[in-house]
This record gives sequence, structure tokens and C-alpha cells, in this order.
Amino acid sequence: MASSTTKEQMKQHTISMTVENHFGTLNRIAGLFAAKGYNIDSLTVGPTEDEAVSRMTIVTRGDDQIIEQIMKQLHKLIDTIKVVDLTDDTFVDRELALVKVQSTPTTRMEIMQISEIFRTKVVDISPKTLTIEATGTQLKVDAIINMLKPFGIKELARTGRVAIKREFQSEA
Amino acid sequence: MTPTKAQDNHQGKMMTGAEIFVRCLVEEGVDTLFGYPGGVVIGIYDVLHDLTHIKHILTRHEQGATHAAEGYSKATGKPGVVLVTSGPGATNAVTGIADAYMDSIPLVVFTGQVVTKLIGNDAFQEVDIVGITRPITKHNYLVKDVNELANTIKAAFYIATTGRPGPVLVDLPKDVLAAKAVFDYPKTIALRTYNPTVEGNIKQIKKAAELLNEAKRPLLYVGGGVISSNASPEVRALADKLRAPITTTLHGLGVYPEQSKLSLGMLGMHGTWYSNMAVDQCDVLVAIGARFDDRVTGKVEAFAKNAKKIHIDIDPSAISKNVPVDVPIVGDVKRVLKHLNELVKPLETKEWLKSIDGWKAEHPLRYKHDESLRAQHVIHKLGEITDGDAIVVSDVGQSQMWTAQFFKWKHPRTCITSGGLGTMGFSLPAAMGAAFGRNDLPVICISGDGGFQMNIQELATIKQNNLPVKIFVMNNGFLGMVRQWQEFFWKKRYSHTHITSPDFVKVAEAYGIRGMRVTSPAEVESSIKTALNYTEGPILVEFVVAPEENVFPMIPAGQTVNEIMDSPEPLVQTHATHKTMIHAKG
Repeated sequence: MASSTTKEQMKQHTISMTVENHFGTLNRIAGLFAAKGYNIDSLTVGPTEDEAVSRMTIVTRGDDQIIEQIMKQLHKLIDTIKVVDLTDDTFVDRELALVKVQSTPTTRMEIMQISEIFRTKVVDISPKTLTIEATGTQLKVDAIINMLKPFGIKELARTGRVAIKREFQSEA
Repeated sequence: MTPTKAQDNHQGKMMTGAEIFVRCLVEEGVDTLFGYPGGVVIGIYDVLHDLTHIKHILTRHEQGATHAAEGYSKATGKPGVVLVTSGPGATNAVTGIADAYMDSIPLVVFTGQVVTKLIGNDAFQEVDIVGITRPITKHNYLVKDVNELANTIKAAFYIATTGRPGPVLVDLPKDVLAAKAVFDYPKTIALRTYNPTVEGNIKQIKKAAELLNEAKRPLLYVGGGVISSNASPEVRALADKLRAPITTTLHGLGVYPEQSKLSLGMLGMHGTWYSNMAVDQCDVLVAIGARFDDRVTGKVEAFAKNAKKIHIDIDPSAISKNVPVDVPIVGDVKRVLKHLNELVKPLETKEWLKSIDGWKAEHPLRYKHDESLRAQHVIHKLGEITDGDAIVVSDVGQSQMWTAQFFKWKHPRTCITSGGLGTMGFSLPAAMGAAFGRNDLPVICISGDGGFQMNIQELATIKQNNLPVKIFVMNNGFLGMVRQWQEFFWKKRYSHTHITSPDFVKVAEAYGIRGMRVTSPAEVESSIKTALNYTEGPILVEFVVAPEENVFPMIPAGQTVNEIMDSPEPLVQTHATHKTMIHAKG
């Protein structure tokens, strides 16, 4: 196994898997990560076009050997239908955040402008708060949260990543 | 009694879940079931009462049932089947399930469960056994609908016995067992999520052959996967064709006859000096059905550091898990080897074998001959007297390592032991299970005084069934392996490793089992012969052995062959070049 730089060794990977939609399947997968000591940055689960099948998107990190083991171990679970590491493909990924930010009559317009620049939506408003729905890549969601921080974030709810492989892969 | 007849009689009939359960076992060809009744499984036991197809063995503890099923499976190659009740019945079975998972033994364990509407309610004798066993089973199921029962049982047997085998647990709520459904047992099953790769990639096999055909110092390192795959003949053919030396893991003992010149015995922490040297010096290492366990490799970076590595295993996750390999081949060992054997050429290995013979002469396995009785002596003689024609079930610790080192292993499926989990108390119930499965060879249980007392209750099961198990207890008054580590690494501070025991001969007699005690080396041969010739039932022989004997060679945990410790005894020795005697002058 070729050794690479430290940064690359702990590279973030986005794994997309389809699993049988049985009770306990999520527990099996989360349990596997816990038992083997693998990191989970985020994990999302939801139904697919086939109601008997769920899709899980797991964001994890590790060196090449750890990622290889994670892939193999996930594949080994009997409930697993398919596991793909999207990292080296081109793929679309999105996260969603709901940010309840403090606002005053003087800051409200500024917050709304920021929201507009990021092409996010204001989904709730009160005399003292604005709630913004932000969708995008992790970087974009991080960026808007950082921009809103100085105003005072009252509450933040954020999903993990969902991802899907692009139909047309570049030849690179 | 044939499955087809049974199917004709019962297929399509309306019956209870309990009846369906039992009919499924009949369809699967299960002849022996190890179990213990309890509240929620009474319905099943009621059906078993009239059934002659399946022999139910009432163990004295559920742990005994799971280990017995493991012993049965290892000895026969068939899945071991267990039935226990909910709650404590299920939790008592857990150690055996974990043991089977670590050693890839196909078990199907059925546990009773409280009625579905009480699940999660802290009902009497309720435990979430599916949750508890999730990380120690290959897969597990909770059956919630009687209409899914037959399919689930079919899937459980299929998963347990195919691919890399392992335990599968099926949890059966009481109301599901009482509900009625039409019995419809599927003849075959296909799971969209589970298709183990059995055929090896032909390009990879060719690469492996090319590598081997250039080898100067090849070495085969074979493990329990060869035995699960029934691939001993193919491994033997490969070693013989290549003229390559072969070393085995604890679970690989018996794959290759040890009296052969090519055999190096076991490798690893307590492996032979020469097998570990061969690993260090080889230029091509072929790992077959083995998993580079830490007890084998020691420090992984230094393991076979001069060798290109080929790894054949059915489990992709076993490959490059601990040690990166050059040519991985995923597939059933037997099928892969059939291809590989055709592609390899005989090698010129005379020089290589000569250096190995040199190491064998310099550092044979040995033990001291004096007036003290030693377990090594007993096991060595047992190997000679039986000529390896015995099933030997060992416990865990020093007696296990001496058994691995000094018995004359000859046949696959004769070495039964708890390798991965290292479960003390394994040997007695596992020997019992082996004896239920096989009567063509004598079954010998070799235990220490510590491990023997962990499942001593199974003496009652052995007696009730009058099984001809030969029970050898090596009594040294210590938890010997821990004591050895305390001696070497903890300044001889023998904290809580001294152990007293009851009079084992009287214990045996109290159970109605013949008991004998041996205290001197002079009695060893005659006592072994007495035990082997005793045909009336079980027999126990207590060997009162030297209290502070150590297992050598030893590579301390996490270290390399450079740190190997050999016996410090003066050179009065037995037993070298695998299993030939050398008597040097002392």
C-alpha cells in the first residue's frame, strides 16, 4: 500500500449504499462503525424509489486501508444491497440547514441580503428572529452559517449529506 | 426419514409455528439438536417429544449447548443447531455464539422470545438477544409473523453454511410459535443481498502461479478456511507439487500430515521455531484460508517481510486487513486451488528445505525428561499411541498450546479448539458435541484444571448419553498461561492464578464416570492405553503435572521472530523434525 501524505491519509469519503429496509439495519451499520472504531462525520437514511430499499449516505474519513476495510465490512453485512464510494467519481451532494438567527429591525435587511446572495430562503420570521433554509454542499452551508454567526444564531438544525452519482462521468 | 418423504407428508399442511419450526429442521436434515427447554419454547419441546428424526441433547447449561454444537460442526462439517429459551437461556448461549463467530463455525441458534406485544416491556425472561448478538453473528433475525418462519429458517441455514461460515441467530416469539400457517418450505433460496464469491478471478490465479513459479523459498501458511472448504486434498497436492514447506495456524492443524518432511507444524506466538524462521526467510508466502491474526503475525510490519504475499480467502474483508498482500484472490479455497494447482510447476527447493532441516535440528520442540510428569509428555505419547487417528478437543491456555505442538496431527477436522475467542471451558462440551457427530475416531478432551471447571456440569450430559469421551485433565494447580505471563512479564507476582480443585477422580465417579489419576511419567503410556481401550462409556484421567512448566517457543505479543524465546532447559529433549524423536545427550 503506497503511503501518502497525512492529509490524504485521513481524506473524507462519501459512501452511498442501498440496504434492505428492515428494522435494525441502521443499528447494524451504526454498530459496525462503533465496534470497529471508524469515524462517522454524518449519516443519513431515507427511502428510495423502491420502498423495500433505503439509501444511506455516510460521510467518513480514514486512510486508504481503513476506507477499503469500511467498504468491505459494509458490503459483508447481509442487509447491504450495494455500496459505492463516490469520492473519486463526480457526484452531486447536498446538505440542508435550518438556521434561526437573531434579528432586529436594523439587521433584518442585511440578513436577508446575505440569504439572497447564497440563494437560500427565509422560511420563518418573528420580531426577533429570522429562520433561513440553506441547501447546498457542505462548504456552502458552512459559509452561510459563518456569515450569520455575528448576528447570533439561536438554534441550528442541520442534516447530514445526501449524495448521488452524476450520470455523465468526466473522462479525467 | 429421508427429507423428501417428510416433505411429501407435511408440505402444504396447516400447522403451528412450533410444528413448522421442527419440520424445517427435518427438511434441513438436522439430526442432532443441542438445547435446553424453558417457558416460551415449551411448544417446540412438545412437538419434539414425539419426533424420532431429530435427537435432542439436553445439556446442563446453554453455554454447553452452543459449544457442543460447535464441536459437532467442526467434527462433521455440518451446521450445529441450538435451541434455547428466552432471557437467561439466550444470554447463556452468547459466549458460544461469539466463539463460533470468531472461528467461523456455522451454527444456527434458535432462541425463544416473549410474545410480540410484550417485546420491549421488560417482560419476564425478556432480553433483546437480537440486539445483543448483532456484532457476534453473521446475521440474525426476529421472526414477527408465522408466515415468514419457514423462509427465515431456510435463509438462516443458507447464510450460516455458505461463504465464510458463521453463526446465525433466529429469535422466535412465543405467539409466533403458537400461530398457525401453511407449511411451505422452500427448496432453494436466493437472497439479492448475499452472493458470496466462490470462483477466484482467473487473472489473479495466473498472477499467483507466475509468482510461485519464480519462488526460491516458497511457504504455504494455511488456516481454518481450508478445513471449512474441505480443501485439505488440494492443499496437500499444492505443497507436494511445489515441494514447498507448509505451516498451519491453530485451526489449520490436520490439513497436512505432520510426519511429512514438508510440515513445519504450527506458526505464531507458540509456533515452532522453524516455522517462524521460515516465515521470516521465505520469498513467496501463500496464505490460504487464514486471516493474519495477531497471534500468528506478532508485529505485523515485520511478518514475512521478505516475501511477496498471495492471499486466498472467501472473505474479501479478511484480505489486506492486517497485512497488505501482493496477490489477493477472493474465492472458495478448494475451487481456487484446483485452478492454481494446474498452473504451478515443481520448484527446486532442496536448498530451502535444507536450511529448514537445519533449524529443525537446532531448535526442535522439546520438553524435559525427569521424574516430573509433564503435559507435553502426555500429549506427545497420545499422538504416538493413536498415530494421529483421534479427534482431539483442547481447551484454552497452556494445555491447548501443548496439544497443538505435541499431538501428531494427521487428519482435517480432528483439531477442535477455541482459537479466536479463546474460551476457557470450551473443551468438555465441544468434545461431547464432536462425539455425537463422529464415532469413527476416539474423541479426546484435553483440558486444564481451570478450564475444566468452567463447564464441568456437562459431565452429566456425557454420562446420560454414555458417550465414550476420553477426558484428560492436566492439573497443574495454576491458571497456567496467565501464570507464565506473570513469570515472564510481571516479576513472578502470581496474582490470583493459583487454583485449587476438587478431587477430579471422585467428581468423575460422582457423575458415574470412571476416573483415574496419574502422577508419574512411568504411568503415562499405560494410562493412555487404558483410556483408549475403555469402551463402556466416558472415562476421565487426571494427570497431576508439573506446576510451573512453560510453553516454548514463545514470541512475546507484538514482537518479532528476533525476540523468540526457546526452552532454557538443558538439551535432554524429545521430538524434533516434526514429530520424530531425537534423544540428545544431556
